[in-house]
Amino acid sequence: MRVNFTVNGRQQEADDVWEGESLLYVLRERMGLPGSKNACEQGECGSCTVRLDGVPVCSCLVAAGQVEGREVVTVEGLADFAKQRAEHGCATRACGTSLQDAQQWEAGPQHSQTGEGAELSPIQQAFIDAGAVQCGFCTPGLLVAADELLERNAEPSDADIREALSGNLCRCTGYEKILDAVRLAAARQEEAV
Amino acid sequence: MDFLRPACWEEALAAKAEHPTAVPIAGGTDVMVEINFDHRRPEYLLDLNRIGELCEWEVGEESVRLGASVPYTQIMEHLRAELPGLALASHTVASPQIRNRGGVGGNLGTASPAGDAHPALLAAGAEVEVASVRGSRLIPIDEFYTGVKRNALAADELIRAVHIKKADGPQQFSKVGTRNAMVIAVCAFGLALHPETRTVRTGIGSAAPTPVRAKAAEEFLNAALEEGGFWDSKEIITPSIAKQFAELASGGCSPIDDVRGTASYRRHAVGIMARRTLGWTWEAYRGNAHGTKGGAQCA
Repeated sequence: MRVNFTVNGRQQEADDVWEGESLLYVLRERMGLPGSKNACEQGECGSCTVRLDGVPVCSCLVAAGQVEGREVVTVEGLADFAKQRAEHGCATRACGTSLQDAQQWEAGPQHSQTGEGAELSPIQQAFIDAGAVQCGFCTPGLLVAADELLERNAEPSDADIREALSGNLCRCTGYEKILDAVRLAAARQEEAV
Repeated sequence: MDFLRPACWEEALAAKAEHPTAVPIAGGTDVMVEINFDHRRPEYLLDLNRIGELCEWEVGEESVRLGASVPYTQIMEHLRAELPGLALASHTVASPQIRNRGGVGGNLGTASPAGDAHPALLAAGAEVEVASVRGSRLIPIDEFYTGVKRNALAADELIRAVHIKKADGPQQFSKVGTRNAMVIAVCAFGLALHPETRTVRTGIGSAAPTPVRAKAAEEFLNAALEEGGFWDSKEIITPSIAKQFAELASGGCSPIDDVRGTASYRRHAVGIMARRTLGWTWEAYRGNAHGTKGGAQCA
């Protein structure tokens, strides 16, 4: 079957989708967006977390056919998504991340002097600055979940952070640096206001 | 496999009538796991996501009509006052990502004895609204669970909503698991005080082939509270009553040994949870705020 939906602000179309296929499979294998990670395939680990109509969900548990006509944001579009949000919404067709750009997206910290390099969302920059990334496999899911937390709760308590990230497993860091990163992003968000 | 995408409820019922083997999918948190792991290859998937009314609820005089697909997140956020037991139980479901997708309709459809909503529904008192092209009917929650992962639905029926009695007194939910998130219940217990009818109702999860009420424990407690004049005096329930209530609740289980726990552990834990939830709710009934601590509680 064919599925039409919005990915990172741009209209996309997936063909020959098997009816039992997950949104995660469509993103990774049909659209070339491997940022959302495939680990447990049962909603336990959160590494495939994306936003579906704004809500964080495990993309491995969403049937591809269910996203027809809906909006998905993946980690590849997170920087642009955060930028649009900061600039108060997006009305033009010019925004969003093209599939090609998304496929080539690479995380790189902003060069402190020149400001060059791939653009990062504040949460991504905070993860790098706090050293919250080790093997990196859980990172995309955590970024999407943490970004959504900071969107609805500008001053999260530690309990809020733990709860918001309770569906994302990390087997390297012991979570401390991840909590640091979210606190850092929240503090920077506060400063910017 | 065919993917059926009804745009409205009538279309969904027509599709289910035409294809009784169709597997309804809403949040997908059960169905997609089975498909991903190749445990299930349904001929038809019946997507219910396009039917907006399934995600709505109405608060009535006596009960809340909760649409089958209202996500647990919404129940936690918006129905804590009307459905405190279910809101607490919802908070213990898996993780935010899962609570954003899953709802009570799916819990009822799957009818796993470990489903978190069941003890709360049994304790509060509820009816399941199911429908087919033949019409709709209300199934009392006590008659809904018919076996391990079996329910009273006919092949052409879909779950439309659950009618849950609004709380007329304190309610509690307790669940045993190895951590506070992403945990399937080793066992669970729900308890609701109903001061208007001077009754206590309970629900046991994951400690019998189906979710069950601890009926003998309820009957004993109802009689003991009446006899002792506790509803009027609001005295502390005597330890011997609480102890016997716990023992009877424990006896209301028929658990099995499995990877999550042994039968004897489950029996023991259900007794403990019965005593604790009774203590918490009764303290709240007596007017002590600490009996109604918010959020998920560890058992």
